[in-house]
Amino acid sequence: MDIDLLTNILFATIRTGTPLVLIALGELVCEKAGVLNLGQEGMVLMGAATGFIITVVTGSLWLGVGAAMLAGLFMSLLFGFLAISLVANQVATGLALTIFGIGLSAFLGTEYVGVGIEGISQLEIPLLSSLPVIGKVLFSHDPLVYLSWGIFAALYFCFRRTRLGLTIRAVGENPESANAIGMRVMLVRYGAVLFGGAMAGLAGGYLSLAYTPLWSEGMSAGRGWIALALVVFASWKVERVLLGAYLFGAASIMHLVLQGLGFSVSPNLLSMLPYIATIVVLMIISNDTIKAKLNTPLALGQPYRPQI
Amino acid sequence: MNRLELSGITKRYPGCIANQDISLTVQPGEIHALLGENGAGKSTLMKIIYGVVKPDAGEITWQNKQVVIEGPADARRLGIGMVFQHFSLFETLTVAENIALGLPAGQFRNRAELKQKISEVSDHYGMKLDPDRFVHTLSVGEQQRVEIVRCLLQNLQLLILDEPTSVLTPQEVGRLFKTLRQLAAEGCSILFITHKLEEVRQLCDIASILRHGELSGQCKPADTTTEELARLMVGDDTPLFRQFDKVQGGSPILEITGLVHQPDDPFASPIRDIGFTVNAGEIVGIAGVAGNGQEELLSLISGEARSAAGQVKLHGRPVGRLYPDQRRKLGVGVVPEERLGRGAVPSHSLVQNTLLTGFGQMVNRWGWIQRLPLRKLTQEILDKFNVKAENIDAQAKSLSGGNLQKFIIGREVLQQPKLLVCSHPTWGVDIGAAIVIHDALINLRDQGAGVLILSEDIEELFKICDRLGAICEGKLSPVLPASQVSIQRLGQWMAGEFTESASNQGAPAYA
Repeated sequence: MDIDLLTNILFATIRTGTPLVLIALGELVCEKAGVLNLGQEGMVLMGAATGFIITVVTGSLWLGVGAAMLAGLFMSLLFGFLAISLVANQVATGLALTIFGIGLSAFLGTEYVGVGIEGISQLEIPLLSSLPVIGKVLFSHDPLVYLSWGIFAALYFCFRRTRLGLTIRAVGENPESANAIGMRVMLVRYGAVLFGGAMAGLAGGYLSLAYTPLWSEGMSAGRGWIALALVVFASWKVERVLLGAYLFGAASIMHLVLQGLGFSVSPNLLSMLPYIATIVVLMIISNDTIKAKLNTPLALGQPYRPQI
Repeated sequence: MNRLELSGITKRYPGCIANQDISLTVQPGEIHALLGENGAGKSTLMKIIYGVVKPDAGEITWQNKQVVIEGPADARRLGIGMVFQHFSLFETLTVAENIALGLPAGQFRNRAELKQKISEVSDHYGMKLDPDRFVHTLSVGEQQRVEIVRCLLQNLQLLILDEPTSVLTPQEVGRLFKTLRQLAAEGCSILFITHKLEEVRQLCDIASILRHGELSGQCKPADTTTEELARLMVGDDTPLFRQFDKVQGGSPILEITGLVHQPDDPFASPIRDIGFTVNAGEIVGIAGVAGNGQEELLSLISGEARSAAGQVKLHGRPVGRLYPDQRRKLGVGVVPEERLGRGAVPSHSLVQNTLLTGFGQMVNRWGWIQRLPLRKLTQEILDKFNVKAENIDAQAKSLSGGNLQKFIIGREVLQQPKLLVCSHPTWGVDIGAAIVIHDALINLRDQGAGVLILSEDIEELFKICDRLGAICEGKLSPVLPASQVSIQRLGQWMAGEFTESASNQGAPAYA
């Protein structure tokens, strides 16, 4: 395999993996705080549709990105109100949110199917991007990719080193105790849910404004669900989420590469690759059940009712 | 100057009054006991002081200043710390992280300084702690120290302890009392909730007694007999103490040999090579601090967990591979520790809960439920065991803990089991209900059934058990006739010291 091909594969891996990184990191924070939000898919689609529409209407890509995040934020606020304030069942509420998001985004975006825009362009980092291989793979992306790395680094630091990180984990592990020692459980949970929503919206914006600059119905293609699985298989560890997302990215472009190289395997089989690869690899890294159990937020999915 | 003064505190919940017009004062450096049966309103009152629950009426005065405590953070700012019965700890975090979370942000510049301070404080009060250990690896006694140290790191003026000794070995209780006396000597007030009278007499300067949500009396425990204290707790019409004869059992009913089990749950304790026998017509008691394998042992006997077939035998028949319903048909009754959720389905009616373990009798051969006999049996349980419930159709979760326990024990006992396994038969149950339960267990024994009791309550074990042992980290001590076991020895067994040492010979048995 020649070096150019390799470079291109790695470059594409990062691009494909980025929306998953964003969604999964958002969901990770949410689940660490003990809230299981199954509404990712809906929030991503709402972000994608809203971002695209705003960009077409205003002509500004960055307004579009902002609008995508706001759309995700709004959707998660709805979820938070139902699942946190009204103590509704989190699973049912999340599923409803997904179905709602799929429908509403399709409705809003009908007139924009097939409209073309100039997507977010790549920002080549001076000097670094002229390095061989690495320059192209790591430093010639659009700004949202760099942003995803920034968010990853911030979260890694947050959960390792800061009181905020500890607080989120504490609330997800034992909300009653957290309340007893004076934490504001509701506030922390709302914050986490809203963060997750904004991230999912951002991922949607990335899809419709940078990855494939266009809008089509259901364009997230199940990424919300994959991200959800990633979080579980990554046993709620930030660094493993990143790894898993890129693995998935690599596997999902692999079928294009293999076809390009002339392997004659059914394309349907090949497009299963990413899913199989993700599951296999992540099963291997989360093999240790005891450790996995220790990492699972104990109160995940359990509604919290404050005492009166 | 009073440290704390409560006046006219009232808190009502739908259907019951938790606190009715309670007034009391706490002086600086005083160890103040709050005594009362379960449901007397002790915990509610403490939660009001700590700001977790808001009172409907009444005033709180702190160091001569009237205050409204909005929440735990508020209480801690005033210098009030509380150690709950169920600890407010996060098991997957380290000791230092747990403590850091309970302190106001910015109290310490960095982790190193915090760890230093934790070591200092814990050494000063004789409570050794390693700040880097994960909480799930600590014993219950050590977890309690984490809670106390967390309180001590903030300018502590009043420490509230909710039944702190119920989870400790007698030796650990001794150590805790030493720490508390030292704290009090340094001027910190302590509110000590308990229903163990002997502890109050040992430790406390003054005792306030609650009954049915009202303050029923105050006394100096040192000048009061245990009997007088108990009388204040339960009122005039309940008999207080009973003695039961010790008997020798007959032929073996349950035989356990070389039982080993490795649970899937990383928080659960493995069972390491346990062997003992329960004979017909005797009560065997196994003491132990919670989380040392009692739950696992219970589920291995009930059939919820399975072992190699020959490791558990009933009437000589290997049953280790059988499921709970199959074992029940062989005459095994089970009263698990967790009443709601395992002993009874919370949202089901009592009738339905009776059916759950009595299905062999209450269903005809076509699988239809025999409604009338079932209702009759439920009513019989309520009558015979003095269960206070609205009626037989009341939801299980509407019953108080003690009443639900009477119901569950009644349900199992009335099925005439050959073997009854009972975890914490009277935990959280008041004196009156405890007497009913003890009588039922003794009756069952006298009818020739084997009874196995797993409990933390040493007093209870000595009272009703014919043979005694203790479990620690999944290993079982020898099981000896109760008259040959001293309380010190049982305490050592609970701490895992199974080999005999000369020092504990000749000490009288606890009665």
